Amino acid sequence: MNMQPNPTRRTALNPASESGLSSGAAEEAVFADTAAAFPRPNAIEETFRRLGERRGTALIPFLTVGDPDIETTLEIIERLEEAGADVLELGVPYSDPLADGPVIQRASARALQQLITVRTCLDVARQARERGVKMPFVLFTYYNPVLQMELDAFFEEASGHGISGLIIPDLPHEEAEEMLERADRANIALIPLVAPTSSERIDKILRNGRGFVYCVSSLGVTGERASFHEGVDDFIREVKSRTQLPVAVGFGISGREQVLRFSGLCDGVVVGSAIVRTIETLIPELMNADKREDALLQIREFVAELKV
Amino acid sequence: MIGQVPDAKGRYGDFGGRFVPETLMNALIELEQSYLKYSADEAFNAELNDLLKQYSGRETPLYYAKRLTEHFGGAKIYLKREDLNHTGAHKINNALGQGLLAVRMGKKKVIAETGAGQHGVATATVAALLGLECKVFMGEEDMQRQQLNVFRMKLLGAEVVPVLSGTKTLKDAGNEALRYWVSNVQDTFYILGSAVGPHPYPLMVRNFQRVIGDETRRQILETEGRLPDTIVAAVGGGSNAIGMFYPFVRDGNVRFVGVEAAGKGIDTPLHAATMTLGTKGVFQGSMSYLLQDEYGQVQPAHSISAGLDYPGVGPEHSYLKDTGRAEYVPITDEEALDALKLLCRTEGIIPALESAHALAQAGKIAPELGEDKLLVVCLSGRGDKDVESIMAYENKGGDAQ
Repeated sequence: MNMQPNPTRRTALNPASESGLSSGAAEEAVFADTAAAFPRPNAIEETFRRLGERRGTALIPFLTVGDPDIETTLEIIERLEEAGADVLELGVPYSDPLADGPVIQRASARALQQLITVRTCLDVARQARERGVKMPFVLFTYYNPVLQMELDAFFEEASGHGISGLIIPDLPHEEAEEMLERADRANIALIPLVAPTSSERIDKILRNGRGFVYCVSSLGVTGERASFHEGVDDFIREVKSRTQLPVAVGFGISGREQVLRFSGLCDGVVVGSAIVRTIETLIPELMNADKREDALLQIREFVAELKV
Repeated sequence: MIGQVPDAKGRYGDFGGRFVPETLMNALIELEQSYLKYSADEAFNAELNDLLKQYSGRETPLYYAKRLTEHFGGAKIYLKREDLNHTGAHKINNALGQGLLAVRMGKKKVIAETGAGQHGVATATVAALLGLECKVFMGEEDMQRQQLNVFRMKLLGAEVVPVLSGTKTLKDAGNEALRYWVSNVQDTFYILGSAVGPHPYPLMVRNFQRVIGDETRRQILETEGRLPDTIVAAVGGGSNAIGMFYPFVRDGNVRFVGVEAAGKGIDTPLHAATMTLGTKGVFQGSMSYLLQDEYGQVQPAHSISAGLDYPGVGPEHSYLKDTGRAEYVPITDEEALDALKLLCRTEGIIPALESAHALAQAGKIAPELGEDKLLVVCLSGRGDKDVESIMAYENKGGDAQ
């Protein structure tokens, strides 16, 4: 992928946004070449590029920030990197997580008891960097918490605190225009989601894609599952054929076998609920000073097992 | 003042839109296309109108409440008797429309969310009538307060799915219905019960409910030879209110008053006063006013009436509020109960707790208006379902729930 600064694109973007124009023509010019879109290299795309050179599959774990508390989240993040995680999804807890199954709903509820906000999550990213964590961070958040923080403040803090990507599961591309423009200016990748039901929408979604493409493996909410959507392999191949961006698969991937199943088809796998459930099971140990180290080690081993 | 809403993106000014997971987007687009096609289809409309008439018993009367009028001493009060619909509330208007649409779209399974149980009962009824498989999502707390409706739904052959997440009320029933729909979108039609949610639901529900306002308009012109001065309707999500208001929206002299639940009082945390105290936010698929904290977390609502116990509101109501076309006021549990009892004794009608909120506000407005003024109240449903929870409330000295 061409990660060089693209002066043509800058001049294409700025006049349009500064004059308040958002005509189709200006948009076409801006998004004409997705692969060369970023004026500066984005850490997520760099990571995928490095992995691509040695044909590796990116392991993208997810955790809910503040579950069970902030210090534990920070220590888990360090263990995830040691275990081989390439990119980390930091989940912002939300009162009404529509796209999530019971496991992440429960984690959200626990984290909300700790009064975790978008700002807390951004601060966790900053603290993790201070502790030496290098992998790129993707913030996974529903739209409303970001909207209430106000977009100016959000992007300023997000880029200052080492966030490279953003996943907003309830913001389809039709509603994402302003978000996309701001994310782009902050050099934060607004990661597009495509679902098995997206069909003819795929091209429109991918046209604005940054970072990587998140393929939703199955119909449904997040959570572990025994089987995937029928035709999921064809779906992933189709998405791959339509974009130069790396493609990651998520929703329902919970074990090494499933990671292996998808690693040949795509560039990355997202593992969420299985990790969150592992954390949930270990909460009593994590809260017990004598057993804490052992519990953290178990989480690390669970994730290391997923690295292929 | 009021433009043509919604626009092509389902926007009512700043409100509305479509904020849902990508998995649902094509289903919503397909729903919108089918709705637009069939809403202009003569055979579809003939079938719907026939069911509204022969099955639900429309048109419902616009009843002059003489004794209530005398009691308040002021404007002449008319009640739009949606409580006389089959299944006892306005919800059937929309459930029939969406049910017929489900059949046209070839879907054999329907789901619904319900708060008070009225929309659940209406959906279960329509599913039985049309031979569809039906699941109704209902918060566990609401199942406790509305046991009669739970049993009615089961009698009608529906499966009632208890919702244990979050506050275990209407908002969580809506979340769970959406989650289920994401997993089963290919063969399931979601019959959404209020004028909320992602586009095209607010538009579609409004249009299936506008029969309330269309009839009222015709009836008041026949009886009084002129339009009403004020229309009052209860607002939870706001489907009866938008259906009542919409046909009058360009009649600038007709004042709209939406009544929301103040619960224990808007100076307490126990209320559902979305318009009075809420701020703009995205919730369950659309941008609207919302009860939320400064961090964007949705706050639990409270009302004695399960149907108004909702932290959101339909986007078109937010638009009517911001454009100044409609005003929205809060009524407490106590005020609603007093109004309920008053209607029982003056008119021999037991209204739903939801509708009692509108009656309570009518009681405040009527005396301020002259006797030559006309006030229409949307009596959205009957109160049989609430009798048990009113008994519990009285027995516990006002601390039920």
